[in-house]
Amino acid sequence: MSINIKHLNKSFGDLDVLKDISLHINEGEILSIIGPSGSGKSTLLRCLIDLEDIDSGLLEVFGDPLVCDKRHPKKKERIEILKHMGMVFQSFNLFPHKTAIENVMEPLIVVDKIKKDVAEKKAIELLTMVGLEEKMYNYPKTLSGGQQQRVAIARSLARNPKILLFDEPTSALDPEMVKEVLLVIESLQDTGITMVIVSHEMEFVKQVSDRVVFMDSGSIIRCDTPDNIFNCNKNERINKFLSNF
Amino acid sequence: MTDSIFYIAKGLNITLRLYIITVIFSIPLGLLLAFGELSKFSFLKKLVTFYTWIFRGTPLLLQLFFMYYGLPVMGITFSPLTAASITFIINYSAYLCEIFRGSIQGIDKGQYEATKVLGFGYWKTMFRIILPQALRTALPPLSNEAIALVKDTSLVSVIGTAEILRNAKEIVTRDFSITPFFICGVFYLALSTIILLIFKKLEKRMGISCQ
Repeated sequence: MSINIKHLNKSFGDLDVLKDISLHINEGEILSIIGPSGSGKSTLLRCLIDLEDIDSGLLEVFGDPLVCDKRHPKKKERIEILKHMGMVFQSFNLFPHKTAIENVMEPLIVVDKIKKDVAEKKAIELLTMVGLEEKMYNYPKTLSGGQQQRVAIARSLARNPKILLFDEPTSALDPEMVKEVLLVIESLQDTGITMVIVSHEMEFVKQVSDRVVFMDSGSIIRCDTPDNIFNCNKNERINKFLSNF
Repeated sequence: MTDSIFYIAKGLNITLRLYIITVIFSIPLGLLLAFGELSKFSFLKKLVTFYTWIFRGTPLLLQLFFMYYGLPVMGITFSPLTAASITFIINYSAYLCEIFRGSIQGIDKGQYEATKVLGFGYWKTMFRIILPQALRTALPPLSNEAIALVKDTSLVSVIGTAEILRNAKEIVTRDFSITPFFICGVFYLALSTIILLIFKKLEKRMGISCQ
């Protein structure tokens, strides 16, 4: 399912965080967004899923406008669009008072009103997929960062999203846990889910992305294939950024 | 001596009734007020702020006098226990409102973002995700209030209600002995201890599931 962004602007007070962003994300595409901190990557992602209001511009998901020049569709239609989207956060945001399996079951039971035993079956399936079948009944506090993020990914998959957004999913993790999380994300490659990934893991970005967007101070500097971005581009800003890795 | 104990114990009837009525009604009211104070409607916010300002800023005893002696001037009369119950519910809900508001605001905004992207509505978010966590942090200040309430019930002795302190004082005046005061103190201690134990158990149970 595709996302269409046209002339999107967003500012926090006097600070223009996103300047005239236009981008089309194709159905089933894996698009990564890279760039220095403060360049607006996360804000762009948060605008896509309605966590931030945009100041002007058009945002279309599945061809339906989610926001058009500050005008939102009715709440019902908005919910209908957002139903197909999921997000994985940098700080996991698991529910601390619920076990891993309850975290995954919660949206199924509360939002989709699915029967408990059916939800449980689905949760077990998802947790097994992320390799946590032995930690299902643990509370988040007793899991490592990498395990918590894998639970969060399982939870974001519970409602069968067609679009999944990753906001620096490994930035809060110890180095030795980064890989297990990236492997899980990689395993979603062939599911047909459209993925938008903000990440600082360049090797990973190079490997999984269909296209890479480079952002700097609120603008898209370039959007191209990983090969063109990482190996043969002559843009000074991009190369200066990439030389840090 | 046994007569004194028995007579003072009879006051437990009023003390416990007032206690339980206050607990049952002030918790939901306090929660409702907290939602009001946290709502987007500035009028509602101001109204709740005014409410807590008045009822936390004036003595409970004054509020009790107003309810029992003041309102009859305007033609509204309550029995002592009803007057006391209403006063206590109003007063305690003001304190509870601030405790609930604080603990709800203490919840990380990431929890709200997670529920939003998962499609939860406002009340589902509140009741399934935010409140269970907020109540846990609210437990220690709540236990303070729960104990304060045990002792505050003694205030109703001044509007002629036969609770344990008033009954004790009657015997003191009659027999010229201060023993009833000690007996009365033991009653209050016993009640506070029970409350403390209940909270300890609650904290332990909720703590396990959160840590």
